[in-house]
Amino acid sequence: MALSTILETPGAGFNFDNAARNVAFEGLFDGAQTPKPLKTGTTIAGVVFKDGVVLGADTRATSSEVVADKMCAKIHYISPNMYCCGAGTAADTEKTTDLLSSNLSIFSLNSGRNPRVVMAVNILQDMLYRYHGQIGANLILGGVDCTGNHLYTVGPYGSVNKVPYLAMGSGDMAALGILEDGFKHDLDLEKAKELVRAAIHSGIMSDLGSGNNIDICVITRQGVDYIRPYQESEYKQSRNIKYRYRPGTTPVLTEKVVPLKLEVVQEAVQQMDTA
Amino acid sequence: MATRTIFHSPLRPVEDEQIVGAGFAPDVSSDYTTQAEVRAYQRESVTKGDKMNSRGLRSQLKDSVPVAGLCPQGAYGLQDSLRSGFTSIKNELLPSHPLELSEKNFQLNQDKMNFSTLRNIQGLHAPLKLQMEYRAARQIQRLPFLPSSNLALDTLRGSDECIGFEDILCDPAQSEVMGEPHMMVEYKLGML
Repeated sequence: MALSTILETPGAGFNFDNAARNVAFEGLFDGAQTPKPLKTGTTIAGVVFKDGVVLGADTRATSSEVVADKMCAKIHYISPNMYCCGAGTAADTEKTTDLLSSNLSIFSLNSGRNPRVVMAVNILQDMLYRYHGQIGANLILGGVDCTGNHLYTVGPYGSVNKVPYLAMGSGDMAALGILEDGFKHDLDLEKAKELVRAAIHSGIMSDLGSGNNIDICVITRQGVDYIRPYQESEYKQSRNIKYRYRPGTTPVLTEKVVPLKLEVVQEAVQQMDTA
Repeated sequence: MATRTIFHSPLRPVEDEQIVGAGFAPDVSSDYTTQAEVRAYQRESVTKGDKMNSRGLRSQLKDSVPVAGLCPQGAYGLQDSLRSGFTSIKNELLPSHPLELSEKNFQLNQDKMNFSTLRNIQGLHAPLKLQMEYRAARQIQRLPFLPSSNLALDTLRGSDECIGFEDILCDPAQSEVMGEPHMMVEYKLGML
């Protein structure tokens, strides 16, 4: 159906037509009742160790006061040598890391090289700065490339920090305490995994927005070990009874069978080229 | 005021006026308030050939493109109530979303910034040649109501190797509404 009000093809990208309407809605509802986006309310942490980078995250996604997802995956794949933990609005982190991963794979197909961590950080920084913080994504990017092991954080406004250990999200204060206490340069693998696990665990214990299981991702020159879950929550409940109904639970009252009469209207035979 | 006359000198050559994007107009009214600072700046700009103070002369820039705001596009800026609905002055003056204006003009501003940098580095010929190519590529379009691939333009810009939100969201090839073809052609030709 052709509308006569449209005089130009609508532009691609973000569409702000409903922004004025949304502002008016907020006034009507007196605050509190507008739908809230799904935030991850998270604890994420990363540590650079001797052979690579360890990233850790909890698995709870909250929607205001309700736990929306108990097994949410917060460590996103960027490229074979880079993974990214995301805190903030769940959809924003998901889409941003997907776009980043697509751009880097186009690059590596074009140039035949493995992408470097600084390239990912620059792409993210440009993208997030362009939207002036409206995309709520706090990301910890960790990876191993030809120049070494790197851990970067990118804030929603495009700020970048290069650090040896880091925690982000609503549980970052608790996790950072553990990291500050236990971090040393050139840790070995088991100690680094244990440090990250303890940091996420303290975030889970001290913050309402983090919880459930802990995921750990170890990135080294040899490859990636994505352990999901690394540690399951001890408060996990198992279902006490099964909710399946045995066959025969519903009594059958009557049965009526109507055969469908189908007749062949047209038949066409096409020879297959078997060569 | 004594400080102002230095910046508005008629002897300044035309090349000093840079192509400046809409986002690059710093407030110079608060700079250089003391005479001592002004003299120091004069000394430095003579020795370094510094051209930075011309950024404040936005009103005198001859080749700057006015940024399209939110005003209605019809004749004399009047809104066509039959097609676009009732007007709201607030929506014309203020953007309803903080990103609306900057997103609308993002490509334009990026191009201006890149061309001005190129002009500073390589001279006038570099942006001239590139813009000639852009204009030629931009003319390769299908009819106004049909989606164009813009392949040449994408290749020139380098956006054939990038994926951004404009490739995922609101893809014009998959839009749910269609415009009336005759009216769109007439609008494009300016006959409407």
